[in-house]
Amino acid sequence: MSENVNNAELQKTCLYDRHVALQAKMSPFAGFMMPIQYNTITVEHLAVREKVGMFDVSHMGEIFVEGPEAEKFVNWIFTNEIRGFEPGKVLYGMMCYPDGGVVDDLLVYREFTPEHFLLVVNAANIDKDFAWIEEHAKDFDCTVRNESPVWGQIAVQGPEAEKIVTEVLGYKEAADLGFYTFYDTEYKGKRLIVSRTGYTGEDGFELYTSVEGTVELWDRLIEAGVQPCGLGCRDTLRFEAGLPLYGDELSPEISPVMAGLGMFCKYDKDFIGKDALLAQKGGEIVRKLVGIEIEDKAIPRAGYPVETPEGEEVGVVTTGYHSISLDKSICFALVDKAYAALDTPLCIRIRKKVFPGKVVKKRFYQTNYKK
Amino acid sequence: MSKIIEGLKYSESHEWVKVEGNVAVIGVTDYAQAEMGDITYVDMPDVDDEVTAGEEFGALESVKAASDLYSPVSGKVVAVNEELDDAPEKVNEDAFENWIIKVEMSDASELDALMDAAAYKAQIGE
Repeated sequence: MSENVNNAELQKTCLYDRHVALQAKMSPFAGFMMPIQYNTITVEHLAVREKVGMFDVSHMGEIFVEGPEAEKFVNWIFTNEIRGFEPGKVLYGMMCYPDGGVVDDLLVYREFTPEHFLLVVNAANIDKDFAWIEEHAKDFDCTVRNESPVWGQIAVQGPEAEKIVTEVLGYKEAADLGFYTFYDTEYKGKRLIVSRTGYTGEDGFELYTSVEGTVELWDRLIEAGVQPCGLGCRDTLRFEAGLPLYGDELSPEISPVMAGLGMFCKYDKDFIGKDALLAQKGGEIVRKLVGIEIEDKAIPRAGYPVETPEGEEVGVVTTGYHSISLDKSICFALVDKAYAALDTPLCIRIRKKVFPGKVVKKRFYQTNYKK
Repeated sequence: MSKIIEGLKYSESHEWVKVEGNVAVIGVTDYAQAEMGDITYVDMPDVDDEVTAGEEFGALESVKAASDLYSPVSGKVVAVNEELDDAPEKVNEDAFENWIIKVEMSDASELDALMDAAAYKAQIGE
């Protein structure tokens, strides 16, 4: 989501100079000056779907939690269940407010040292998240550290990502990683986390290391011919893969249950927001997030109204594109739950015209994750 | 450096007008198409719709964003470029060759408020 910000207050990632040298189109995002595109969004999108592309995601936040009660604490603030999940594994879920609204969606890494966790959060929410985490950690025997500024991160994504990470960068062990697992190694004397995760619907890796190491890895990947990709195609890719973006599909007003992400909430444990989410699950919600496909090339954009064929307004678009991989005009929309069933006819009002369509599955694109 | 054609009229919102008798042929400038990036859809009015100078008559859509089109003149739409329905990328290929609508002007004096090529060139800083 775009924000009105003073450019002077914007942060830069460790790769900022590289983006400028590549003549990327730069724009403010989440408090950082970030590359939107280096080539066209379509070229970058297709590089990731068909070969390999890489993203500077150094703006993401890294928060470490350690101590005798670290597991107990993380499980209290996190909707998903981390008990019984092994070192080297990564889990997706949310932190919620007591009313079920979302503080943030995040990845939890269980480190190889007992009672050590890494929480990877959205750039726009780092300060808010850290304040939330610190406040709640007071009741537990554990420490929390925000190390976001000293970590860089590059996402290498696409069917050839494994080849690049194992052959070009030389991390042979990466081939053995399953989806949502990681291992630790070193780069230039600093920790390097090789994580088989991503936000594109393709196989891929996220490489976390020092800011100096990140710049060197980036240069080596550029030399190997990997297409640099901006936030423009990061959004088109994640959208096609049915993945939510905090601020659009999840927010203090849009709970995981409303967003159709209830599978990441585990109710046989206690966590902040559990009671509210259980009540929503039991029927106390008004709106649900759906996919809608329209029969035209016009593009449904965030904020456009969703109407019944009779013209009654029943929802709003949260993200929409003319899908690059599928050549269809599709969107996510929050609609009154009475209209959320698959195949329900719904229309989108785009400027002065109304385009008929229907409810479809949110995962528009068949994802290609490593098993 | 974007292409600018002498003899056309230009609006501040980056439309060009070519005057053919009482008909204004309207498109977007090369500068506008370059700013937009890959155009994926052109939203056009229907023939016989009325358009008003300074008001929206349609939109260009790229992957990332929609950009409204503003009519430089008032009048009745007498033709829309239907080729753009199937090939919106033609606007990227040649923004001056691929016009968007033709309008039968109701008040030709509105043309006086538009810029000439030199003034438009100055506006876009080239």
